[in-house]
Amino acid sequence: MPQIFRHSTNYLARATIFGAIFILLAALWVAAEITRSGWNTGAYIERQQPIQFSHKHHVGDDGIDCRYCHTTVETSASAGIPATAVCMNCHKQIWADSPYLEPVRASFKTGKPLQWIRVHDLPDFAYFNHSIHVAKGVGCSTCHGRVDQMPVVSQTNSLQMEWCLECHRAPEKFVRPREKVFDMEWRQRNSSKQEIEEGQKLVKEYRIQVGGKNGTGVMTSCSTCHR
Amino acid sequence: MDEKRDDLHSSVHATHPVVGTELTFGSVTDKISAIVLKRKTPIGWFIGFAVSFALFQLMMLAIVKLVFVGIGEWGVNIPIGWGMDILNFVWWIGIGHAGTLISAILLLLRQKWRTSINRFAEAMTLFAVAQAGLYPIMHLGRPWLAYWLFPYPNTMGIWPQFRSPLMWDVFAVSTYATVSALFWFVGLIPDFATLRDRANSKPFRVIYGMLAMGWRGSARHWHRYETAYLLLAGLATPLVLSVHTIVSFDFAVGIIPGWHATIFPPYFVAGAIYAGFAMVLLLTIPLRKIYGLQSFITMRHMNNMAKVMLATGLIVFYGYLIEAFFGWYSGNQYERFMIWNRMHGPYGHYYWALIFCNGLTPQLLWFKKIRANLMWLWLISVVVSIGMWLERFVIVVTSLHRDFLPSSWGMYKPSQWDWAMYIGTIGFFFALLFLFIRFLPMISIFEMRTILPEAEVEE
Repeated sequence: MPQIFRHSTNYLARATIFGAIFILLAALWVAAEITRSGWNTGAYIERQQPIQFSHKHHVGDDGIDCRYCHTTVETSASAGIPATAVCMNCHKQIWADSPYLEPVRASFKTGKPLQWIRVHDLPDFAYFNHSIHVAKGVGCSTCHGRVDQMPVVSQTNSLQMEWCLECHRAPEKFVRPREKVFDMEWRQRNSSKQEIEEGQKLVKEYRIQVGGKNGTGVMTSCSTCHR
Repeated sequence: MDEKRDDLHSSVHATHPVVGTELTFGSVTDKISAIVLKRKTPIGWFIGFAVSFALFQLMMLAIVKLVFVGIGEWGVNIPIGWGMDILNFVWWIGIGHAGTLISAILLLLRQKWRTSINRFAEAMTLFAVAQAGLYPIMHLGRPWLAYWLFPYPNTMGIWPQFRSPLMWDVFAVSTYATVSALFWFVGLIPDFATLRDRANSKPFRVIYGMLAMGWRGSARHWHRYETAYLLLAGLATPLVLSVHTIVSFDFAVGIIPGWHATIFPPYFVAGAIYAGFAMVLLLTIPLRKIYGLQSFITMRHMNNMAKVMLATGLIVFYGYLIEAFFGWYSGNQYERFMIWNRMHGPYGHYYWALIFCNGLTPQLLWFKKIRANLMWLWLISVVVSIGMWLERFVIVVTSLHRDFLPSSWGMYKPSQWDWAMYIGTIGFFFALLFLFIRFLPMISIFEMRTILPEAEVEE
């Protein structure tokens, strides 16, 4: 009886045994990378807005404080999107005739709000409150990056749960003095030993409830964010 | 070696030898491989496969409906959050216990009679575990997220709850499925080679050839093979005990009266073996008749399986008695009420049906005449299979429906989709079995050859 398989099939058979493991591991690794990539999370993808508004210009060059526009960041869950009237505070005087600002003037005249495109969109099953984060010394740039350097704003973090937990499990690595919260140039993360010690002091001072080993603390309790 | 021959064909077993004495190496191979390769497929096969495949489609329909609508289409609701889905899971996984017991434990105990039924029992195990696995996944409500059950570095930055018995279930069942599948496949390799060598058409030669993984039957092959097979048997042995122990923890770790009992692990394991053997009997009795395998699966096998059923059935019955005793002896009003409610509550008739099916019926197996009567054996295994379903119904539903607080009491009625899913899995199970008996040797050819009189050598 002739052979069913050629001799080379032996090598193929051996290769598949090892291949199975490596291909499987490689596939898992690729899947893990894809889920964390900007393609999936939207990080580093610039969102074009209805108006050519540059945070770089307004914050970086002009030095306007975050709270001038995002007025409710210290008091409520949402930081707030400014009303057209806030834009017009300045723009009725400067660049008052600029064609770029035509939609702003139209909005002001008609009272129809501008339709900004949301950049940071948390899923609805996650409860998030800006005011508590600001009150406990989490700086704007820690989550939103150097907005003062962004002509067009994009997410700089994945907004995945593991990213939230990075800070919720070890806030000392991120908190900063309250007066530095809106400081764009302050470090986004405490990395050196001394910085972390400072962070630990602040965690105590702010009474952040990191909690015990088994996730008993408020910071890592499921229902803190999933209410 | 004469001693061994005496053992196998001694006067005690003269009437029921472990294999037909007329069989030879050649005829064993011819007979078993012919079912797959030569013999005309019986018309009954086509009818049986068509019916079970149609029922399998019913299961697919139920699953599609479930995915679109959610588990609200089932009868489960608080307080009975676990209904048909969980009790059928336990039922199927219990049935899936005979295979590994027969293959692994009886192999290690050198029970030669296992050889005729192990291949079939292993296949049955594998297919039953496949049905069992479907239920908890569908019970998730969002089955496409079932992979969340596995610990992997996920983007949520958290691990599954390792303190939950439901999590242990994931590992127990997936390990069991993997090891059973491996054991089955490794056991098939020499037979795949036989089929490869005997197949008439090129596609079959290639397919069986690939599955045989280059088996040539050299002495070195056999030596390594035997070692690997024994190692796998050693691996599989603790699994027979661990899987159903952990399934019982799903209940025993909870604080619901009727679940929270220390007797659960041994009582569940015995029940699983009991259910498994009942299913093996239920399937082999018609199968050996249809395919004329009486000289392979002899009355000795039937007798032995009936004895295993009797022994495990007695353990299970003891479990029922002890549960009732615990309820009384605890002095706890909830435990006492639970037992009273089981016997006299709205589901009382299920309890008494259970006692009849699982406690009283197997007592018939004490009689040699009944053990020698295939009709009786078959009927008893049907009754036991129903009884094991009732047992899970009593444990899951009646324990949940009367909680600590009367305000949270309720009743459970399976919806039509619960039944569709259940009947559908039975169809799926049989569809797989029909494919198995058509395309794979349902009795291990090479192992059969080792227990033939011809295999005994003079030293």
